[in-house]
Amino acid sequence: MAIRTEAQAIPGILPGKVGVWWFLASEIMLFGGLIATFIVFRLGSTGWHGDAAHLSVPIGATNTLVLLTSSLTMVQAFAKAEDVNERGLRNNLALTILMGLAFLGIKAIEYSSEVWAGYTPASGIFWSFYYTMTGLHALHVLAGAIVNSILLGAGRLRNPLRLELAGLYWHFVDIVWIFLFPLLYLA
Amino acid sequence: MSNPATHATVHEAHHELGFVRTYIFSTDHKMIARQFLFLGLFMMVIGGLLAMVVRWQLAWPETPVAGLGWLLTETEGVLPPEAYNMAFTMHATIMIFFVIMPILAGAFGNFCIPLMIGARDMAFPRLNMLSIWAAFLSGGVMLAGFFVPQGHAASGWTAYAPLSAVATYQGVNWGQNLWLISLFILTISSLMGAINYITTVINMRAPGMTFFRMPLVVWSLFITAILLLLALPVLMSATAMLLFDRTLGTHWFLPEGGGEPLLWQHLFWFFGHPEVYILILPAMGMASEILPVFARKPIFGYRAMVYSMLAICFLSWMVYGHHMFVSGMDPRVGMAFTLTTMVIAVPSAIKTFNWLGTLWGGNIRFTVPMLNALAFVAMFVIGGLSGVFMASTPVDIFIQDTYFIVAHIHYVVFGGSIFGAFAAIYFWFPKMFGRMLNPTLGHLHFWPTFVFFNLTFFPQHIVGVGGMMRRIYNPMQYEFLQHLQWWNVFITWSAFALGLAQIFFVINFFWSLFAGKKAPLNPWQSNTLEWIAPSPPPHLNWGDRIPTVYRGPYEYSSPEVAEDWFPQNRSLPARAAARH
Repeated sequence: MAIRTEAQAIPGILPGKVGVWWFLASEIMLFGGLIATFIVFRLGSTGWHGDAAHLSVPIGATNTLVLLTSSLTMVQAFAKAEDVNERGLRNNLALTILMGLAFLGIKAIEYSSEVWAGYTPASGIFWSFYYTMTGLHALHVLAGAIVNSILLGAGRLRNPLRLELAGLYWHFVDIVWIFLFPLLYLA
Repeated sequence: MSNPATHATVHEAHHELGFVRTYIFSTDHKMIARQFLFLGLFMMVIGGLLAMVVRWQLAWPETPVAGLGWLLTETEGVLPPEAYNMAFTMHATIMIFFVIMPILAGAFGNFCIPLMIGARDMAFPRLNMLSIWAAFLSGGVMLAGFFVPQGHAASGWTAYAPLSAVATYQGVNWGQNLWLISLFILTISSLMGAINYITTVINMRAPGMTFFRMPLVVWSLFITAILLLLALPVLMSATAMLLFDRTLGTHWFLPEGGGEPLLWQHLFWFFGHPEVYILILPAMGMASEILPVFARKPIFGYRAMVYSMLAICFLSWMVYGHHMFVSGMDPRVGMAFTLTTMVIAVPSAIKTFNWLGTLWGGNIRFTVPMLNALAFVAMFVIGGLSGVFMASTPVDIFIQDTYFIVAHIHYVVFGGSIFGAFAAIYFWFPKMFGRMLNPTLGHLHFWPTFVFFNLTFFPQHIVGVGGMMRRIYNPMQYEFLQHLQWWNVFITWSAFALGLAQIFFVINFFWSLFAGKKAPLNPWQSNTLEWIAPSPPPHLNWGDRIPTVYRGPYEYSSPEVAEDWFPQNRSLPARAAARH
């Protein structure tokens, strides 16, 4: 498709960016529905503390730290791309991917210890919420890591726009965790 | 915005694409539109036949259904209750998700948006292709449900929990699972489409095509896309949760594990009410497009039309509770939902009066698309008014879950959306396929459809107020319904006639597709941009230069030009143009 930027209605804003922002709007509805449901259920019932107490706050906090740091390296990668510093860009992007995978690894360990302790998605409504919300979030982290890996591997880093779009998504996934962590682990 | 310096030169990809890239895995918005149209029309046949089966059972309960003896061998053609439940469930599911959405939003969204805003294609053509193929996959999964043991989903198209949440409650296991998986895939397909529509409208408009020079059908599809984008994720999570309940043993909708059956209704209707407007808004846009063309008058109140659609979009998020008046709701909340629901009648009425204002004093040409658009307006008024009835809680408590509701929804989605879809097909067929539909066959299709539609669905108001329950298997089992049975027989005969009338449409469609009269560039003498492209438009739509827009889309019978239409892309000499 040789022709695509002919006569843009909004000069300077490419369709990709508009598309990603609207995509994130639909993602807000996806997570928002679950989070709103969780809050209503949480406020309307007693005795959830018992279940929530079985989650490990240190592991959750570590994962929060890992994910927040990965957002920092993502921003750094974009900054390096704008400075045309290819090496710094690659390093930061690789770090972002690694931290995403580390998050997933820690999450996997956490899941298995919970399943060993006998808490499965079928163990009650709290666990249904926990596994569904964190599982959906983990899928998003995985998707973000795949997108970043494609950017890193396909050598398409000359165009900072792609990196910016991947970054928007990555930060969104990060923000979702910032809601999930206090709701599930601390509340 | 109309600065010519922003036009990059066009490098058209002139190499010929092969058969597969042209007809199957095409990224061309017009081919994808045709694929959605064929998907919708094919599914319409299945959904329609299911309705006939339902009507047979209601008119002559537990007698052998004519022509089904080969299928129902064990009962010698008599429809068992499980099969009846499956038939009405799948009729609604197919008609809503696989007929109206693909035809109105899928086919005409893809066809109209780029052509009418002067774009060469969608913003993301490959995402668009992914969207139609996800829709095909979803349709395949949905049809596969008919062939699994225990049959297809039988819990109604609303799939209320806990009936839908435990396989043994309705006696259907994989049918319901496939139903959920299919809808999950369909939401992904529609989300990809919605992002594409929104981005295209925001970013790809031709020079001079400001938001308030966009045709109303583009506005309506744009607003529909916003509703799709924000409503479907909720359906997506709800279907996944219900599937988890059925397969992983979670308890979202089951009280014994701490879940709540009402949660399903909240999630479903939070999606479901915007969905109602997803089904009707494109049809409203199509009527707004077709009425001025054949009344040869500007649309009455263009901006009011846009603002009322935006108001409907906004209000549609806060009315969903009116589906749950009897599900157990604080009366004060019910009161609030009653009020918001009645408020939404205001923008709808604004639109209706504007359509009437457009017709008033017009030079009306009663072509087939115009007749269908007029039928849309008339039927939508009836459906809208019965909607106001049930918006009020006390009335709704009496008529809820009766045939009154069935009549209402069919006046809105058949009388509204399907007549809108027929109007759109008759109107854009020449541009889509390059041939005219036969007007005689068109009249033979329209008039029986209009008459038998009313004969089928209007009496349902009467049997509904008489107390006949929706989804009932055998009305003859109830003494208080037996005196209404002749109405049921009457409705069934009308429904059969309504179904038979569609044969004219099928003949017309396929005959014209191959042997119809070649369509001229602008057969309806319309102003909008798609009519300056060849019929059918080539890949990338506009030769080597995209059109420039100088005015709004509805300048009919303008004193400034000799003809009674004034295309959006025609520039006037400086003196006259200065007045715009």
